[in-house]
Amino acid sequence: MTSSPILEAIDLARHYRVNRGVLRRPATLRALDGVSFVLSPGRTLAVVGESGSGKSTLARQITLIETPTSGDILFSGRGVDSFDKSEWPELRRSIQMVFQDPYGSLNPRKTVGAILGEPLAINSTLGASARRDAVHEMMAKVGLRPELSGRYPHMFSGGQRQRIAIARALMSNPRIVVADEPVSALDVSVRAQVINLMLDLRDEFHLAYVFISHDLSVVRFIADEVIVLYLGRPVEKAAVETLFETPAHPYTRLLIASTPRADNTARRERVAPHGEIPSPLSPPSGCAFRIRCPFAARVCEDKRPELRPFANREVACHRVEDIAG
Amino acid sequence: MTAAAKIRPVASPNPLARFWWVFRENPGAVVGLWVISAIVVAALLADAIAPHPPHEQYRDAFLTPPAFARGGTWRYPLGTDDIGRDILSRIVHGARLSLLVGGIVVSLSLAAGILLGLLAGFTRGIVEIAIMRSMDIMLALPALLLAIVIVAVLGPGLTNAMYAIAIVSLPHYVRLTRAAVIAERTKDYVIASRLAGAGVPRLAFVTVLPNCLAPLIVQATLGFSTAVLDVAALGFLGLGAQPPTPEWGTMLADARQFMQRAWWVVTFPGLAILITVLSFNLLGDGLRDALDPRMRR
Repeated sequence: MTSSPILEAIDLARHYRVNRGVLRRPATLRALDGVSFVLSPGRTLAVVGESGSGKSTLARQITLIETPTSGDILFSGRGVDSFDKSEWPELRRSIQMVFQDPYGSLNPRKTVGAILGEPLAINSTLGASARRDAVHEMMAKVGLRPELSGRYPHMFSGGQRQRIAIARALMSNPRIVVADEPVSALDVSVRAQVINLMLDLRDEFHLAYVFISHDLSVVRFIADEVIVLYLGRPVEKAAVETLFETPAHPYTRLLIASTPRADNTARRERVAPHGEIPSPLSPPSGCAFRIRCPFAARVCEDKRPELRPFANREVACHRVEDIAG
Repeated sequence: MTAAAKIRPVASPNPLARFWWVFRENPGAVVGLWVISAIVVAALLADAIAPHPPHEQYRDAFLTPPAFARGGTWRYPLGTDDIGRDILSRIVHGARLSLLVGGIVVSLSLAAGILLGLLAGFTRGIVEIAIMRSMDIMLALPALLLAIVIVAVLGPGLTNAMYAIAIVSLPHYVRLTRAAVIAERTKDYVIASRLAGAGVPRLAFVTVLPNCLAPLIVQATLGFSTAVLDVAALGFLGLGAQPPTPEWGTMLADARQFMQRAWWVVTFPGLAILITVLSFNLLGDGLRDALDPRMRR
């Protein structure tokens, strides 16, 4: 199934100006740099990385909440800059988002029916009863009893709320859903249900997912392709099997090695995860990961590695041949 | 689909019931609510309750003491003033005026304050700076002094006094609204509304505003008492309601010269002001406890 891509990002970057008081010059925070990807309907792109790696910044660019500092976003092959005012609502509607915190993403003063009906009230000319029917239908699709549409969000559990959030995203009939850590706030017991629901809905509505997560076990389950971000830059980009079977970049290996797993017998090589992600205001010279990298060499200090093809994937590491070869 | 037609939303536990459950924990607030209800009833039924018309002068009964004092009569339960008007009747009719003034002042400043606060919170930048700095300037001046200046410019009278007090109490509402808007507008549910295509007016009034109401309701209740007090103060200074209007502050001012020999002419209007203001403050505190999650134990 090779349908034409619905979303493309080309060399996306987002920098923030940070004021550091009166006496010092404002600094530039490179939250995101050099991210490119292609996303097709029915596929899931996972974005992984530690906190502060730029995952959520990427989500805000893709959902058009913010405008990238440089780079292009193409929707159906067309740059989003070229959409004029009359086409903008349609574009907006096509890219929806599911948030991490199901407690903050639903308006506490509105009933579930009103929350789900809002996209229709804004974007369609449906009457109140047609909207109600559509809301009930969507609630049934995400596994909620439609009778509960008169209730307020605080009366639902975390998993149910996340179902509501997913339903709201789908009410706009989107093509792309950006999910920013949609299950990390949920109990482990509910995670699988929500993930399965998302997979079913992806196939039913032929959606494309951008799935942001730091939970690699979830990513392995849902994703087709994975981008690993470190300090705003992609360090490895690969199909999900490739990445998990043979991680190439030292950072990817560290992430995979530190994923908790059930069978302790087949213990992998333990890469000691030492240190924390450096401040994005003063990133290290050369390779941003070199400070924590067990394989760091002289070249890593001098030159920043670019993303380059290596064994069915792209990696940004000078020494990948020595490490993974 | 017939199944869909049969779906009836399950009734949700009433948020009002929840609110009442917290509210009644505070005995002061409940007392305040009862007293205010009594004042409202008195004001509504003033014509039926008051024993005499408020402007009627009884030439045979100047400065009659209240019924329970020596020389008093039950014909005038709280006594009469210097031109023989029944004080109880005037206080009951004055309640009407005070509540009306409070209501109008609070509505005016609340409406304008919410508009300016939303504007400041949503536009940021130069508009916000302009609005907030002018509010700071207004806050820097003593409220009553500023009100006096405004009335002096507009001319004395009850209507102008109301405008003046509404303007003076504006900064509190603007600041509260802006603070709440700024706290709310970056939340995920607001972003979700934006993604759904909501424009700024919808975001402001439908999405954000209902979540900012709790502190505003509290401030409005407390503002009610300030309004009653300030109108009385302006009336006392001769800048508010003009005689012979039965306004509490004006009654105080009229009776000032008889304070030494007829204590009741100033005591009862004063008590009316005190009790009303106190009740609204108690109610406001109770509402804050019940509505404002930050204050909740």
